[in-house]
Amino acid sequence: MAKVLMKGNEAIAEAAIRAGCEAYFGYPITPQSEVLEYMSARMPELGRAFVQAESELGAVNMVYGAACTGARVMTTTSSPGFSLMQEGLSYIACSEVPAVAVNVMRGGPGLGNIQPSQADYFQMTKGGGHGDYSPIVLAPSTVQEAVDLVILAFDLADKYRQPVYIIADGMLGQMMEPVELPELKPPQRPERPWALTGAKGRPRNIITSLQLDPPTLEKVNLRLQETYKRIRENEQRYEEYMTDDADLLVVAYGTAARIVKTAIVKARRDGLTAGLFRPITVNPYPYDALRRAAEKAKRLLVVELSAGQMLEDVRLAVMDKRPIHFFGKMGGVVPMPEDVVDAMKKAMAEA
Amino acid sequence: MHEEVIISGFGGQGALFAGQLLTYAGLYEGRQVSWIPSYGPEMRGGTAHCTVILSDEPVGSPIVRNPTIAIVLNPASMDKYEPLVAPGGILVVNTSLVRRPAQRSDITVVRVPANDLAHELGNVRMANVVLLGALLATKPIVSPDSVKRAMEEEIPAHRKHIIEPNKRALERGMQYVAEGR
Repeated sequence: MAKVLMKGNEAIAEAAIRAGCEAYFGYPITPQSEVLEYMSARMPELGRAFVQAESELGAVNMVYGAACTGARVMTTTSSPGFSLMQEGLSYIACSEVPAVAVNVMRGGPGLGNIQPSQADYFQMTKGGGHGDYSPIVLAPSTVQEAVDLVILAFDLADKYRQPVYIIADGMLGQMMEPVELPELKPPQRPERPWALTGAKGRPRNIITSLQLDPPTLEKVNLRLQETYKRIRENEQRYEEYMTDDADLLVVAYGTAARIVKTAIVKARRDGLTAGLFRPITVNPYPYDALRRAAEKAKRLLVVELSAGQMLEDVRLAVMDKRPIHFFGKMGGVVPMPEDVVDAMKKAMAEA
Repeated sequence: MHEEVIISGFGGQGALFAGQLLTYAGLYEGRQVSWIPSYGPEMRGGTAHCTVILSDEPVGSPIVRNPTIAIVLNPASMDKYEPLVAPGGILVVNTSLVRRPAQRSDITVVRVPANDLAHELGNVRMANVVLLGALLATKPIVSPDSVKRAMEEEIPAHRKHIIEPNKRALERGMQYVAEGR
């Protein structure tokens, strides 16, 4: 299929449709509203379900309900809305049903603003809601990668029966880039013996996140931990860019990573050999791969649109084996490549 | 080939749309492209701008501090982007609204009374495309035919009537630069 130019938000929506998303529930919030808008036209056209819920709480619980019936289902939102969804997402994780949630992050905390940010990293990668659950979190850096990862998100959600998140931001949602989409096919559900489809001719299925008996809830938790172990073993993804000869290893994901790529090219012109380690799964975090990459470099620099959240995962990976510097912008401020180059030079200059 | 283009004006002057035409044209010609708008409450009544990158390499940062080319549709955009254009770059100025001369001598300044030319063609709102034409006559970063194809393919069905006038606006901008009038 030929490449078409699409806005990130619209590409995320169309990718979900191509992945066989049968039901979408959401609530408008900038900078992700184009996903909802696009879905409001496309889903009914295809005979699929679209509901603009009364709130994010309504939307996430509609996702939960549809997921219980075995439908491929998605919601999208932006930071404050994602906060509102946390209770429902915890229920979805405990109930072991597949669902995809996209957070097009904006400046926070609070109502904040509508400019790009990466300050929901802790919330997204470390659980966000209550209880011991650990969602898969995929971090696209280009519009094409957003398409690819949305499709992967549906497959991983099915495979592990857990919520899978896309961690995006206002820049990725608003920008246009060429994308190639897989062809449109009617949605096909994989075998889902656990789904609530009406118990005709079979024993009833029960899906719940309420387990009052501690040993029973412990058993659920042990099963979840087993799932997360399998995810850690099989699903770590990352990209290395110009790392082979790099003195300075920059670690960044999503929008920050693409700004870093430009900065690396500029810095190399000035004689600073830098490379990029870009986690694509920020949960499970590619700790071992980052440790190996760090061993080739002299120093590290973590670049984020936050006060330094992924920085903690980098420290967990590298420990004190290499000096780790940080450069971040908050509140919807996006650094220019030149700002990153300055931070890179400063990191290399510090003894 | 690597060009970083900022197009900036009042909301409603078509800066974002002109950028999209350029982006599509680059895509048709096999370039790596990105388009990113300014978005947010500041668009209303303030300036709207977009950044377009056309390159032979995959696009890293979609935003730039020092564009190789800036097209400025109003005085506020002139004040903001004239100092930022990279040395050796191009500044295309809508002199219908921007009365002051440019101060830079290390860049190519292209002065076009785009509102007046668009008005003569029947619709002042085509000033954006006149300026795009002026840019392409100065430096053909994409072919005019690709921009015309973008108009044909990307302008939605209910606005098909603006395609031919916009093609004329593109040509008028090119002619103005070529002939100096």
